[in-house]
Amino acid sequence: MAEVMLEVAGLRHTFHPGTPAEMRALQGINLSLERGAFLVVLGTNGSGKSTLLNAVAGSFLAHHGSIRLAGEDITRWPEHRRATLIGRVFQNPFSGTAPTMTVAENLALAAHRTRQGGLGRALGRLRRREIAAQVERLGAGLEHRLDAPIGLLSGGQRQALTLLMATYERPRLLLLDEHTAALDPKSAEQVLRLTQEIVSRLRLTTLMVTHSLPQAVRLGDRALMMHRGRVAHEWSGIQKRRLRVDDLLTTFDELRSAELLDASAAAMLERNYV
Amino acid sequence: MNLLIGAVTMGLILSLLALGVFLTYRIFGLLDITTDGSFGVGAATAAALLAHGWPPAAATAVGAWAGAMAGLVTGLVHTRFGVNALLAGILTTTALYSGNLYIMGGGDRSVAGATTLFSRAEQVLAWLAPGTETLVLFGTPVVPRSVAALGLMMLIVPVVAWVLAMFFHTGLGLALRATGDNPQMARALGVSVSGAIVVGLVTANGLIGLSGALFAEYQGFANIQMGLGMIVTGLASVIVGETLFGRRGIASRIAAVIVGTVLFRLLIAGAVRAGVDPNALKLLTALFVFLALVLPEAVRRRLRRAPAPEALRG
Repeated sequence: MAEVMLEVAGLRHTFHPGTPAEMRALQGINLSLERGAFLVVLGTNGSGKSTLLNAVAGSFLAHHGSIRLAGEDITRWPEHRRATLIGRVFQNPFSGTAPTMTVAENLALAAHRTRQGGLGRALGRLRRREIAAQVERLGAGLEHRLDAPIGLLSGGQRQALTLLMATYERPRLLLLDEHTAALDPKSAEQVLRLTQEIVSRLRLTTLMVTHSLPQAVRLGDRALMMHRGRVAHEWSGIQKRRLRVDDLLTTFDELRSAELLDASAAAMLERNYV
Repeated sequence: MNLLIGAVTMGLILSLLALGVFLTYRIFGLLDITTDGSFGVGAATAAALLAHGWPPAAATAVGAWAGAMAGLVTGLVHTRFGVNALLAGILTTTALYSGNLYIMGGGDRSVAGATTLFSRAEQVLAWLAPGTETLVLFGTPVVPRSVAALGLMMLIVPVVAWVLAMFFHTGLGLALRATGDNPQMARALGVSVSGAIVVGLVTANGLIGLSGALFAEYQGFANIQMGLGMIVTGLASVIVGETLFGRRGIASRIAAVIVGTVLFRLLIAGAVRAGVDPNALKLLTALFVFLALVLPEAVRRRLRRAPAPEALRG
């Protein structure tokens, strides 16, 4: 069996516990990703899929459970320390770049991901040439705009650069949080292709959150549907390869009707006993 | 002529303060009130040490260090204990009021008669160019002391500016800028945002402490009120620089801050010369910053509210 890269065990988290806004976002997630696996996480709004990703990234520390990555127990690690192992692309294309810094400076920062804060020159001639070569691979002509503030670029261009930055130093785990959802269809397609190209070239272990069913069908070798903070369904191997959008829709409907059943059962109990 | 030289020298001394304010306010978007305290502590420390006969370079360096430590305190109070940055700065500055009284052993401290960086510079000038006692520039006799002071600052400021510009291009410098620009992104790329803020506050207040130390040496004394309102002076300088030279590239922004401070100082000297009551200077400075902050937005809103006639027809 392949080596396990990411191991999430018994992950639970409740936002605003003990208040009217209490939200049981994660209710016991167990997940194991082998090295090189590409997992797509699906779910409705509020199902906990982004919360799961943020828990792995360290945006907050989960109340219960443990997270192991690349043989390290990272459960208590702060976000910036986890970043030495994790590359990350956000939904908002403006979240992943520093707008007043130039394209080259943004990439230079990304090149230091595993070791930030050095007092050497961040953007020497060699580094610059290396960055230009990497940017050229994107095929968007951005290698001619290395000294432009990155904030002047379009959302699609910035998201492509964010993806490049997240993988500039090969991460042990790549986290993609609906990273094409905020882009126009053409840019979304380009970023998606780029994602496939980079993930397969670097053989990255990847966790992608999406609410696009076609994307879930097209990408990844495993898929998982979350519902109300739990893993509701999982597809892998041949099941995943045969997965169609209709199957996903059916699963969604099943979950929803089960929920309605729950609701009517609760109403019945209330009528009879309260 | 002496007035002009004095104003430029003072501007160069305060440009170090303005660079510190630029770092916290423009790079991090933090309004760091520690500025008032760290300017004061830099001045008080340098003055006290000089009066004890310390060599001027060492006294100045310790003054800068004292400012940096004030920044460290604010940074730790803010990042470790989660106290609002503004309040953290106010706490440090308030505490330093007592601190500065202890350091100076009273409300003020004269360095008259002690060797300062400026008196050293005067000696160097006399040795380099003997006979400058009767220096005449543009038809007016000038005091060699003020020429020497100007020369010294024209050496110090470019060096500090160059080091700062280089710093902003190191890995650490990029991490600091990214933290100010987009903390979420900085974290995702492995930058400790709290660490970056602390480093930024230490650096900025070190510069401000250095400015305070030089200020005390130049004036010949330090007193307890020296730091008062220095944050506003710094802001005014930053704003003047940005208004005149824009915000392009980190190196040119640094240069703009320095030129902005000198121009602002000249403006003040001109105002005093034109008969403005020196007591009103802080009021006018505050008013100036208020207008500089409010006017651009007000003008923009005005323009938006009154659409062009073509747009109405179109």
